[in-house]
Amino acid sequence: MARDYSLLGPDAKRAVESGLAAAEWYHTDLPRKEMKALMQRADQPAIRDTFILFGCMVLFAGIGIALWPSWWSAPFWLAYGVLYGSAMDSRWHECSHGTAFKTRQYNDWLYQVACFCMIRNPVSWRWSHARHHTDTIIVGRDPEIAVMRPPALFRIFLNFFGIIDAWHGWGRMLYNASGRIHPEEADYIPESEQPKAIRVARIWTAIYAATILLALVTWSLLPLMVIGLPRLYGAWHHIMTGLMQHGGLADNVTDHRLNSRTVYINPISRFIYWNMNYHVEHHMYPMVPYHRLPELHEAIKHDLPAPNPSIWAAYAEMWPVLKRQLAYEDFFLKRELPASAKPYREDFHASALGAAAE
Amino acid sequence: MAWIDACATDEIDEEDLIRFDHDGKTFAIYHAPDGAFYCTDGLCTHEKVHLEDGLVMEYEIECPKHNATFDYRTGEALRAPACVNLNTYSVKIEAGRVMIEV
Ligand code: FES
Repeated sequence: MARDYSLLGPDAKRAVESGLAAAEWYHTDLPRKEMKALMQRADQPAIRDTFILFGCMVLFAGIGIALWPSWWSAPFWLAYGVLYGSAMDSRWHECSHGTAFKTRQYNDWLYQVACFCMIRNPVSWRWSHARHHTDTIIVGRDPEIAVMRPPALFRIFLNFFGIIDAWHGWGRMLYNASGRIHPEEADYIPESEQPKAIRVARIWTAIYAATILLALVTWSLLPLMVIGLPRLYGAWHHIMTGLMQHGGLADNVTDHRLNSRTVYINPISRFIYWNMNYHVEHHMYPMVPYHRLPELHEAIKHDLPAPNPSIWAAYAEMWPVLKRQLAYEDFFLKRELPASAKPYREDFHASALGAAAE
Repeated sequence: MAWIDACATDEIDEEDLIRFDHDGKTFAIYHAPDGAFYCTDGLCTHEKVHLEDGLVMEYEIECPKHNATFDYRTGEALRAPACVNLNTYSVKIEAGRVMIEV
């Protein structure tokens, strides 16, 4: 039967009935003392990273503006765009967990900025991401599945330029700004929080209106190069890293080792992606801040499938699976566990694991 | 309401919590950094995940699932996605034992 990713559709109902929704997930055993140490929060690493991030954004945009409209400004816009349209994705993510900083206000502040850049309503997306953690890659329950089956490759391609996401983001912003909450959002945002979602949408709409007005008055694209358009021309990096998270792996299982991927990546991408390349680790223990994930990885890697050694290797593994899913959507990749790992619970996942490629 | 003997005071590290199950209900008992003890419901009000694997930071407990936080002294929900407060229970210490009133 074809998958229905709607949160109000038959797969959603089935997930609840079969006990897949809000199920108990597999965790690698780790002594409480060690875990507690890894969960400790700190302000310093994220303050440093945030200064670097905003410093670079001001610098690159400044040079871009100075050189505008010459083509020499293009590389600076591309660099600025990646920080705006991709690094802000990982900041949005980490702050939505409240793990970036120790001080809650700092988290909230960066979260608001990141939400604006990514055009994700801070209220709706806080809850949608909670659902992604409760029901990771459970069809009909998880609102954040990037690669559906069969994979819509053209859609994914468009998203490398932010086209679908931004279109939806702006569309939803205007929808919310008109005082309405979409029925799918109403499925996961508590009623008491809904007015907040509407208020933020109205503020953003005003900011975009002012930017567009400035662009019209000056008859220049420049204001939009700084606000809005970088969500498109800088999106490619977060799509590239985001697809690796779960692409080609199992759905409808309750073991993150089966549906998430850890990849070793270069230091610049790690800064942009804020260590979310340790994705199995993050899902298993979402309370561990991004800057401690490498340590968590060391502590539990004996129990996880071997990480992919590079972004290239992850794509080399994923691409044939996605191609195969075009014709046969139940196909997916089941990765080997090392001998030191606790085996997958085949009994538990029997129906989902039927068509795996080892 | 009755006082129940839950555990010894030295069973809970400072700035930590343990789970305590009693009569079909589950509780979380906290040892605050100032040495005091507190007790709340054991399950997060967001999606009923047990708080025992959560993180105690000063006077807050953070849920291990989606990082909602509560003030465990009052039960107040401080951070989304939890919007509903935790119930709290009175605690007293008697001869090195933590007693809770449930
Ligand atoms: S279950 Fe506690 S925050 Fe969601």
